[in-house]
Amino acid sequence: MKRYAKFGILIVVIIGTLVWLAVGGINESKTYYKTVAELEQMGNDAYEKRLRVAGDVEKGSIQRKGREVRFMLRQEKELLEVVYDNIEPLPDTFRDGAQAVCDGKLARSGVFNATKIQAKCASKYEAKPGQNPAVQKSGV
Amino acid sequence: MENIGALAILLAFCLSLYAIVGSIAGKLKSRPFLVRSAERAVYAVWFLLTLASGILVNALLTSDFRFAYVASRSNRDMPGVYKFAAWWGGQEGSLLLWTWILSCYAAVVVWQNRKKFRDMMPYVTATLMVTQAFFLLLITFPLSPFQVLAIGKEVTAAPDGSGLNPLLQYWAMAIHPPTLYLGYVGFIVPFAFAMGSLITRQPGDAWIHTTRRWALVTWLFQSCGVLLGAGWAYAVLGWGGYWGWDPVENASILPWITGTAFLHSVMMQEKKGMMKVWNIVLISATFFLCIFGTMLTRSGIVSSVHAFAQSPIGKYFTIFLALHIAATIWLILDRLDYLKSESQLESVVSRESSFLFNNLLLLASCFAVLWGTLFPVISEAVTGEKISVDAPFFNRVNVPIGLFLLFLTGVGPLIAWRRSSLDSLKRAFLWPAAVGVVTVAALAALGVRHFYALMSFGLCAFVTSTIVAEFGKGAWTIRAKTRMNMARAMVELTHRNTRRYGGYIVHMAIVVMFIGFSGAAFNQDKTIEVKPGDRFRLGRYELRVKDLKQGETPNYRWGNVVLDIYTDNEFLGALQPEKRFYKVSRDQSSEVAIRRRLNEDLYVNFSGVAEDGRAVIQAYVFPLVSWIWVGFATLFFGTLICLVPSKVRLQFPKTKVVGVVTQDARVSR
Repeated sequence: MKRYAKFGILIVVIIGTLVWLAVGGINESKTYYKTVAELEQMGNDAYEKRLRVAGDVEKGSIQRKGREVRFMLRQEKELLEVVYDNIEPLPDTFRDGAQAVCDGKLARSGVFNATKIQAKCASKYEAKPGQNPAVQKSGV
Repeated sequence: MENIGALAILLAFCLSLYAIVGSIAGKLKSRPFLVRSAERAVYAVWFLLTLASGILVNALLTSDFRFAYVASRSNRDMPGVYKFAAWWGGQEGSLLLWTWILSCYAAVVVWQNRKKFRDMMPYVTATLMVTQAFFLLLITFPLSPFQVLAIGKEVTAAPDGSGLNPLLQYWAMAIHPPTLYLGYVGFIVPFAFAMGSLITRQPGDAWIHTTRRWALVTWLFQSCGVLLGAGWAYAVLGWGGYWGWDPVENASILPWITGTAFLHSVMMQEKKGMMKVWNIVLISATFFLCIFGTMLTRSGIVSSVHAFAQSPIGKYFTIFLALHIAATIWLILDRLDYLKSESQLESVVSRESSFLFNNLLLLASCFAVLWGTLFPVISEAVTGEKISVDAPFFNRVNVPIGLFLLFLTGVGPLIAWRRSSLDSLKRAFLWPAAVGVVTVAALAALGVRHFYALMSFGLCAFVTSTIVAEFGKGAWTIRAKTRMNMARAMVELTHRNTRRYGGYIVHMAIVVMFIGFSGAAFNQDKTIEVKPGDRFRLGRYELRVKDLKQGETPNYRWGNVVLDIYTDNEFLGALQPEKRFYKVSRDQSSEVAIRRRLNEDLYVNFSGVAEDGRAVIQAYVFPLVSWIWVGFATLFFGTLICLVPSKVRLQFPKTKVVGVVTQDARVSR
């Protein structure tokens, strides 16, 4: 059985290392999905965790200065000011009225510092089941 | 036409159900004509789906905007190629494509084996048709591609379509989805044979031999699909990344990982009669991951930039997967007795052991990727809070795994079966190891400090020297015997055992890609606002802003920046990144400009105009990125070599080493 013990030890060591790395990776990058309304109820927690907030880009609110972009994110009635400043350019789909998903941290000032933004135009990729963008567009 | 299309799909659905029942009943009751009729049903399904696809494609090409699908995926001004590509541009069409590819594969399998494997073929047919029926169910009922636009009860046509997303109007994107599907769908064939072999309680590995080519071709398609996607992301998305661990990307890599593990571990079964259960588990896992991948892409259970929004088909997939997995597990457990291993592991330092660890690592990587992808779903179920993990998690786990696998790529093919003596290890690995160490030392002396990059380059040098040594030794022997020149001898060597030397070429391709991946450790970037006349430096380049231009075409308005590139006052050429604004759809798209070279790419994106009228430019230097695409080409070539039949049929008893050629080489030393 000594032979198998050797295999066993090696496997345990490999898996153990990977699990250790994985746990580190999870802790470093875990991001909590929150709504804008929930942010306000989170208290101090809100400033420590990495958060993901989704909503619509408020029309006319996008301001660009160099690579820094500021805009208001609307989720139902709540508004959140978001600042984005990162090396990755914003996706082409990011524009007024687009649905945006922002990952980042909430600053004490109440401004959301996003490090990653994904966006999609609601009409473009796929309509929700039962509603067809072409139909809406042609006014039918 | 739309009625014929919908009818064809409905009929195909019924026929696929008939093929399942017919082939199983025919087998159990020993009625060959029933089995035959089931096989003919398979051909009929193929014919009907070809007809349905033809109708949809025709509607796309002729811009028949009565079809809801056409109206939302195409418009009149789009080039013909992209009108055709719109076939897989949306949900319903791409499911139709999936189903059609499956029907092609099924028809080919039935045709190839019309005189062979009479015992297990009915079950193979049935297995194929179960999945066929499931996908037909989806496009018959919830997601028909043949819905028409209507006001009240009257069918109407939209005046013009809303067009394919401009991001998708790029050559690699046009062929990426079908290539990926050819891979996704293809793994069902080895799976079906594995099931057929299990159900009929066959000992031996006929199912592996007969599906080796399928597995390889499918794996090649899958690799191409993944890499084309990466190439597209690099050239189109504007930030120069080729991999972002997005759920949909992960969905495409998962079956690739288990498929790779499968291609390696079948060798253990063929040569040593080991890992029989494991191989069945692996091919089943690969197949289920393919279905799972399709589900991730198509149902929107995990939010993704690829974002096909929420659709009702998630629950169909969940039920199908759950039932299918349960049935497969039950079948494997029930037939365990037929899958006994014929030999045992003897030593940690042996070929068997290297296969074992190769599989362990690939599976660990697969599990980690799956875990990370489903983390939001899992965490919501367990803690009630939706939590996602990001690139750092995936990289932390997968980078070390990748390096370890790279190491095994060098060790595995050279180490002896059963056990290796210290002496033989020294003989095989002393020089390659030395080359690796020298490489690391040299790079460290040149000032490279990034740990993983150093490791990677060292291992790449190590593996390259083992592969070169293998080719060199073999070719040298042939040269000595036949007086061919060295190049000719290399070709001869490869031709004698294509599977082995083709495999080495694929390994070499992986090494080349790793060099490309490692380049990412030295990326440089700069974001800057400029006006004409400005100049700025990045790395060894000086970029001079010559002009800002604007213009208009019928389809879009554009603005671009003309940049002259210099190094040390030597003019290298101009780059013109562009921004487009499509009039109809109001979409923007960035056309990045890339100066591609083997040593590094200079990559410039025009990200917009600031309020004071200056252009915002993002410039990057990506060292070694081109090596990934070179590796891709090498991988393609190597896999094709593997598919060429060997000139010499090597006959060997199961426990002996494969390489007759290297044994000669060893004797001749």
